[in-house]
Amino acid sequence: MSDVLGNPVIPPDASDSLAVLEKSRATAETFGIPLAVLLEITHRCPLQCPYCSNPVELDRSGKELTTDEWKKVLSELAEIGVLQVHFSGGEPTARKDLVELVKHASDVGLYTNLITSAVLLTREKLGELADAGLCHVQISFQGIEESLADRVAGYKGGHRKKLEVAKWTRELDLPLTVNAVMHRQNLHQLPDIIQMSVDLDADRLEVANVQYYGWALKNRAALMPTVAQLDECTEIVEAARERLKGRLTIDYVVPDYYALRPKKCMGGWGRQFFNISPAGKVLPCHAAESITGLDFESVRSNHSIAWIWQNSEAFNRYRGTGWMKEPCKSCEFREIDFGGCRCQAFALTGDAANTDPACALSPLHETIFKQAEAEAEGETNRFLYRNFAGGTLESENGA
Amino acid sequence: MAGPRNISVSEASRPVLPRHAKLKYDETRKVWVILAPERVLAPDEIAVEVLQLCNGERKVGDVADQLAAKYAAPREAILADVIAMLQDLADKGFLTEAREKTS
Repeated sequence: MSDVLGNPVIPPDASDSLAVLEKSRATAETFGIPLAVLLEITHRCPLQCPYCSNPVELDRSGKELTTDEWKKVLSELAEIGVLQVHFSGGEPTARKDLVELVKHASDVGLYTNLITSAVLLTREKLGELADAGLCHVQISFQGIEESLADRVAGYKGGHRKKLEVAKWTRELDLPLTVNAVMHRQNLHQLPDIIQMSVDLDADRLEVANVQYYGWALKNRAALMPTVAQLDECTEIVEAARERLKGRLTIDYVVPDYYALRPKKCMGGWGRQFFNISPAGKVLPCHAAESITGLDFESVRSNHSIAWIWQNSEAFNRYRGTGWMKEPCKSCEFREIDFGGCRCQAFALTGDAANTDPACALSPLHETIFKQAEAEAEGETNRFLYRNFAGGTLESENGA
Repeated sequence: MAGPRNISVSEASRPVLPRHAKLKYDETRKVWVILAPERVLAPDEIAVEVLQLCNGERKVGDVADQLAAKYAAPREAILADVIAMLQDLADKGFLTEAREKTS
């Protein structure tokens, strides 16, 4: 989910008169304030997806910013030039003040997206959010078939509720994005998920292959697709894009394990993205706290958000190319992919300044690729569910 | 979206931006932008002018008339450009039409 937010997707057919700003404005040159900011307003969530993008160490509710603190953040973001905010989590509707926050965001001129699992929403609440100025709703789906979808989410009845909320979203004339996180155990349902998105009258579908950090890394053996599955997935997406042009926009996030070149994660560290954690930390990426030894500043500090973005040690640590070691340092692609993902480099090599092993030039690439391939062919399907207790292993019979 | 899918923009259309596509002047970057779900588009000057005239009541033909008069340019060329730009926006899902239109 959040990787889509972090890596701006350029529609292939952007015409000159309607250029996509992420592309045409060289924010990367100046580290100008990002156009969109991800607000993870809580880590509380009724779902327990084993690939959750939240850190393994979750912020408890007592640490969350208050309503007034979030309002101050929203005003400040609008003032420094942020145009869009994504209310995310955790499950953002778990916060009782969401309507008030959306209203405030609209009042200060921000475009508001809601990124939700939908299971806590009522029609009345969704109506209140629309009235408060909400511009767009994104609902996550874990599959197409109820038993599998509910099993992945670790939440009975979730899939049915999501379908209902998606319907309400369109009845309220709000644009709908379907977010489908894909992995070995649900990739076979992709064609039906695409059709479901059309049937739900969605405008966008995000086909987001799991990215393996945090919870997903713990669950890698149960989630990693095979190379053949991925190839088929790409073919299905490409064919659907062609078939549904003008009807459904499909954004596609490819997994990087089987690639030869790493992804330009977050568009490069501290270049065009930041998010704010439930406790108010300003982060270069939603997984950044997994890198130990970096000190992230909070909106509760006496520094402004703009100052933190421009000057804080954590944002500057991996900006540009000066921090690089070999093979990145002398690599001709160093300003194209910025050495891949720092969190992945840290998780897999123990040093965030190493080349992301997704890159074929990393000395660890071969080992990790082989390991992933072996896991993909393996029989481990049990999940470690995400929760505040550090995870709970799925029972043998899948409950 | 508020209107039907696959809108075909013609001279008789009365297009308007849907509520989820917002035309706004970005004070920080000093450019006009269209804010849409997970997208920020940067319309050029002409696109901005056209969109400011598209209020769901005015026909595309009338928009072309106004611009042709203002810039003393051939109406047919302007009309073609306006339709192409609006169609592009419609194809991206960021344009709707007044519901009562008949064409």
